[in-house]
Amino acid sequence: MDKTQNNKAWFLVLPVLVIVAFSAVIPLMTVVNYSVNDTFGNNEFFWAGLDWFDEMIHSERLHGALGRQVMFSAIILAIEIPLGIYVALNMPKKGIWASFCLVLMALPLLIPFNVVGTIWQIFGRVDIGLLGHTLAALGIDYNYTNDPLDAWLTIIAMDVWHWTSLVALLCYAGLQSIPQAYYQAAKIDQASRWAVFRYIELPKMKGVLLIAVLLRFMDSFMIYTEPFVVTGGGPGNSTTFLSIDLVKMAVGQFDLGPAAAFSIMYFLVILLVSWVFYTVMTNLDREESR
Amino acid sequence: MAQITLKNLAHSYFPNPQSEKDYALKEMDHIWQDGGAYALLGSSGCGKTTLLNIISGLLRPSHGRVLFGDRDVTEAETAERNIAQVFQFPVVYDTMTVRDNLAFPLRNRGMDASYIKGRVDQIARMIGMEEILSRKAQGLTADAKQKISLGRGMVREDVNAILFDEPLTVIDPHMKWELRTQLKQLHREFGHTMIYVTHDQTEALTFADRVVVMYDGRVVQMGTPEELFETPAHTFVGYFIGSPGMNFLDAQIAGNRAVLPDGTSVELGQSYGAPTGRTQIGIRPEHVVLTAGTGVPVTIRRVEDVGRHRLVRADAMGQPVNVVVPEGMPLEANLTHVSFAPQKINVYADDWRVAPQGASLGRAA
Repeated sequence: MDKTQNNKAWFLVLPVLVIVAFSAVIPLMTVVNYSVNDTFGNNEFFWAGLDWFDEMIHSERLHGALGRQVMFSAIILAIEIPLGIYVALNMPKKGIWASFCLVLMALPLLIPFNVVGTIWQIFGRVDIGLLGHTLAALGIDYNYTNDPLDAWLTIIAMDVWHWTSLVALLCYAGLQSIPQAYYQAAKIDQASRWAVFRYIELPKMKGVLLIAVLLRFMDSFMIYTEPFVVTGGGPGNSTTFLSIDLVKMAVGQFDLGPAAAFSIMYFLVILLVSWVFYTVMTNLDREESR
Repeated sequence: MAQITLKNLAHSYFPNPQSEKDYALKEMDHIWQDGGAYALLGSSGCGKTTLLNIISGLLRPSHGRVLFGDRDVTEAETAERNIAQVFQFPVVYDTMTVRDNLAFPLRNRGMDASYIKGRVDQIARMIGMEEILSRKAQGLTADAKQKISLGRGMVREDVNAILFDEPLTVIDPHMKWELRTQLKQLHREFGHTMIYVTHDQTEALTFADRVVVMYDGRVVQMGTPEELFETPAHTFVGYFIGSPGMNFLDAQIAGNRAVLPDGTSVELGQSYGAPTGRTQIGIRPEHVVLTAGTGVPVTIRRVEDVGRHRLVRADAMGQPVNVVVPEGMPLEANLTHVSFAPQKINVYADDWRVAPQGASLGRAA
């Protein structure tokens, strides 16, 4: 069947184009403009070519932040995904306790980011915080403001507390869609608990799990508010992740050119990694249905 | 392999069942002979699946015991009972190949590899899947998946029984016939006890040596297809078996005569005394003859030609009476009455069959 050609239909897309232009394209182009110019304010620009990009690519400071960022995301994924699955597997399937658990799990997700940061900032303080003070009373030397390891542990614990629920809820939804007959058949086939997980639950959770990985990766890779509130990137630079470093550079030092080049590369890295995830996901699907 | 005995078995899905109504399965005693091919027939929601799940151990009964041979397995886990079960909708392990799917129950029981291979090949041949053994199960059609489920159910040789829970619902009609024949052949070959749940009478009657009819949580009759057809023990059996089902007419019974509401008297083959309650006579449409004036007056509503014969839908005193008329017999306007073959009439009191007094007492189950 021939498609009806009606070029007037393009006009219907126009409002969306206008909105997207104002909300995304124009700001992005401004950033591009900054990244290839040098400026000292007053809207005076001096052409800088790709110098800022060159500087940023070879910047030790950026390498450090990127390294910390990758490590942070890797640790977050390695903890939250298995933990989320484990929690989902052990949540009650129905009844009043199922609803109770769902509400309980959703609570951390409803708290604003900087409030989460503040909660943990206070929670971990050695003088008044429940956690910090208790640890100090137990004789454990814990101080996230001057020990890099303690700072990392605090931030990771905070992120796990904040976001594992999301993974658990997604997995729970995946598990709920498995018909009872699968578990019955597995019993008849004398499958072990591990085999039930490996051959029934995991394959059925695969779709939501990939979404969970993608979401948690992007979110943790762009994390800003919570560590900024808790440690402000310190002690030293030990918890300065890409976003925090970027803000320091742009707002703190007013180095708009390098910061713009930095943001564009940051954006491209996230785009690239998400694209890789997406491609791998769809390819896996296609391969399995062949 | 073992004989399966159900003793005073009953099940309710409520934690504290109050009345008989709360029971999905009313109290029953039942024996499944070792090596028998049984069909469990009944309409949806009559407790067939409940009964099956109790036998396989997926469900604990509220009362009563389940025995395999002499062993009480009421509290035993499914795995211990060594039962195979095939479900209504295909259950396959998507990420495994067809071969691994078939081998799964054997591998879980630690059989050795060469035995597994031989057995899997044999089953694959039977269900016609040798070609695609190495394929992933995901992406196969529903009936291919169900064939894998059937195969997985039959792959173990030493099972106590194989239970089928409406396994052919999702399968194409021509394939249904083929698979049913294969199941039957398999039964002859290995002699497993097989219990086949269905709501399709053709499936039940062709598969089984003995058919168990369930109605409202009760086993109402167990018998050969012939017994179910000739002497249904309950009006439900009469209505459920046969196409169309048995005709039932309210009648007062006195000895070997039945008197219909309008006073017409019908001769019965045997004497039944004077049963009380709601009494009815039941007669198969195959045993009703249209006549020009003898018997019970009827009004013909409709004639359906179903190919092999014609079906006359008629009313007698407001109650439907179906008549099977052989192909070729002319249907004339003066055929206003029906007569019944006396030996083929069954008598029912409150829906249960009344055994005739004398000779063939207790023929029904």
